[in-house]
Amino acid sequence: MKTFRPQEQVDFVVIGSGAAGGIMAKQLSTAGFSVVVLEQGGWGKYGHERDYTKDELLSEHPAQADRLMSNPDLQPNTFRRNASQDAGPGVHSYGCVVGGGTVTYGGSSWRHLPWEFNEASTVGSIAGTGLADWPITYEELAPYYTQAEWEMGISGLRVDSPFVAPMTREYPVPPVPLKSSGALLKVAAANLGLTVVPGPLAIITEPYMGRPGCVNCGMCSDFGCHVRARSSSAVTVLPIAVETGRCEIRPNSYVHEIRVNDAGRVTGAVYFDALGQQVFQAARAVVLSANASESARLLLLSASNRFPNGLANSSGVVGKYLMLGNGAGASALFEHPLNDYKGVVSGAAIVDFVPSDRSRGFYGGGRITSRGYYTPISLGLNSLSPGQPRWGAGYKRALRDEAQHRMNLNCFTTQLPLETNRVDLDPVVKDAWGLPAMRITSTSHPDDIKNMEFFRQKSIEILEAAGATKVWAGAVNDSRGSAHNRGTCRMGNDPATSVVDKYHRAHDVPNLFVVDGSSFVTGGRNHPTMTIQALAFRAAENLVRAARAGEV
Amino acid sequence: MRNEGKSRRSFLTKSATGLGGAWILTNYPAILAAQEHVLAAEESQQLQFAFFTPEQAVEVEAMAAQIIPTDETPGAREARVVHFIDRALVTFERDRQEDYTQGLADLEAETRSRFPSARRFSQLTFDQQIELLTAIEQGPFFNLVRTHTITGFFAHPVHGGNHSNVGWELIGYDNSLQHEAPFGYYDALPQAAVRLGAGGQQ
Repeated sequence: MKTFRPQEQVDFVVIGSGAAGGIMAKQLSTAGFSVVVLEQGGWGKYGHERDYTKDELLSEHPAQADRLMSNPDLQPNTFRRNASQDAGPGVHSYGCVVGGGTVTYGGSSWRHLPWEFNEASTVGSIAGTGLADWPITYEELAPYYTQAEWEMGISGLRVDSPFVAPMTREYPVPPVPLKSSGALLKVAAANLGLTVVPGPLAIITEPYMGRPGCVNCGMCSDFGCHVRARSSSAVTVLPIAVETGRCEIRPNSYVHEIRVNDAGRVTGAVYFDALGQQVFQAARAVVLSANASESARLLLLSASNRFPNGLANSSGVVGKYLMLGNGAGASALFEHPLNDYKGVVSGAAIVDFVPSDRSRGFYGGGRITSRGYYTPISLGLNSLSPGQPRWGAGYKRALRDEAQHRMNLNCFTTQLPLETNRVDLDPVVKDAWGLPAMRITSTSHPDDIKNMEFFRQKSIEILEAAGATKVWAGAVNDSRGSAHNRGTCRMGNDPATSVVDKYHRAHDVPNLFVVDGSSFVTGGRNHPTMTIQALAFRAAENLVRAARAGEV
Repeated sequence: MRNEGKSRRSFLTKSATGLGGAWILTNYPAILAAQEHVLAAEESQQLQFAFFTPEQAVEVEAMAAQIIPTDETPGAREARVVHFIDRALVTFERDRQEDYTQGLADLEAETRSRFPSARRFSQLTFDQQIELLTAIEQGPFFNLVRTHTITGFFAHPVHGGNHSNVGWELIGYDNSLQHEAPFGYYDALPQAAVRLGAGGQQ
């Protein structure tokens, strides 16, 4: 791998190597630019993925070098429901390794539907929210969805349905096998007149671009993929970037400041290296792809005399309109074994309730997906049905009776953008480097809560229609943190109300680009990664054009 | 099959190592009988504990054996959960050592207070043990041991518990990490073979 000296000015520093950062690194380096990717996490098993552990206990208690997610002991975050409260310990976490969250995610790769880019126009304004149209349309983004599906490697089935985004091209590889949970969804859908589709997944099902198909190991989400079937940035775009000889991935590099000069242009990024030493990497331009929560925090940490409210924050919008990701669900037992722990985590989906429907009396919508995630320890500790004993002979009998017979529905639902839901800097709590911790303030809009309850009830109805022998569902919970966080640096045409323009260039800083889930104006129906990837391919194309024209 | 008539030591100590869990389930009654003899021979050379005293290990194992009892299939005792817990307490659960030291002392005090003729929890009858654990099942020590017992029962055997995969066998979990559809009953049915989503409707 090509390496650069920090004082050597490269064309681009890319901060973050996940869904967006990996794509930006690849597109910029293959276009001929020099790139340093600063990733706060470690290498993971980059280049030797076969060494990823499938050990549930080790996954829960990783050594620091083996961590795939952020470490709350080193990087605590705090949480409060509203600005009048003192924040307490938070639960937010995100992928923190070369490849970011794509190394461990379930792989759901839903496109936004065309109308999800202009809901303010079509639904109308909703009091107390910042619901707004995106500055781009589905038609503008569609070619980049296709590009992302084919360059990353997405499995799925193109369907003609009003509840699924239209496609001009098939998926590059066929969908994952139908699981028993999917077969049962079909039974329910036939009884209720609903539509079942296989989930589009960043998990290839047959050899594609030099990688083998999924072996249905079942130790999927939260684990690294030992056969490289999960189409993470680490096995797709990042190796291509490195192969150009113009891109260096520099892990264990925790950026805490994007530096600016007197002209108001960024000059590079300052980070703590693995030894805790501060290093300045000089660059002609900076691409910030650290995920919606950390990108916003880093802009706020980068306050300076010239940008006293935080970098790129003349609007005051940085950190606001945070959408963490809401959901609901239900579980059930069936007469015969499903063995839903085998295969991918995210199975088939019912999509009829994706659109909002005024007749429900609230704004909302979402997808109902079967999700078979029962690793043995988590099953034993807390996944038996309500009313079962917690220990003893009855507990053991319940384990035996339920383990193979269980099915779960997870709904991924809307969360309205509210100005008061935000990321900022905690005034008290510091991380292990002495930097202000991330503080999250979030309370979902009442419609979001009603929507979650709607999906909870729908899940129960569907499982009953599938013939379950027992159905249960916990109360819905407003989110406190999620890897699906979006919306903190929303894109828009008006510099007074948005942070980046429609090409992800910061309104306030001509050579700073923020490309990740923070750009989202509205949240879709949760599953954000495919849209992040499409946005990144589009942003990169425009950035390459601008850089070649000397406009960066 | 109740454990009161059996030794309180792990009895699948050495001879079953390397045998598949399915074999153990099939032959379990015979193994029990055989292991009684093996145990007697090995009584003097127990596996070494890193944290527990031999006396503490007996008490922890007695608790674990009530949380996941031995019936027609192996329980926490045969899974060697106590060895898992012992190793955990000197590694990733090091900060829980004091909880065990104090918890076991409290358990002994509770035993003597409820059953004045008994000295230790492990000496109680099966039903007395259940009675005592039921009384403390909301308390932090019981729940710590419960969490550790279940974790050890289902964690990968390299961590000292789930010996011969007995935990995984109980729940039908196949750790081969390579599976082919159909995975269960319902996706094997002929009507499930129809591809989803054709025309958007099923």
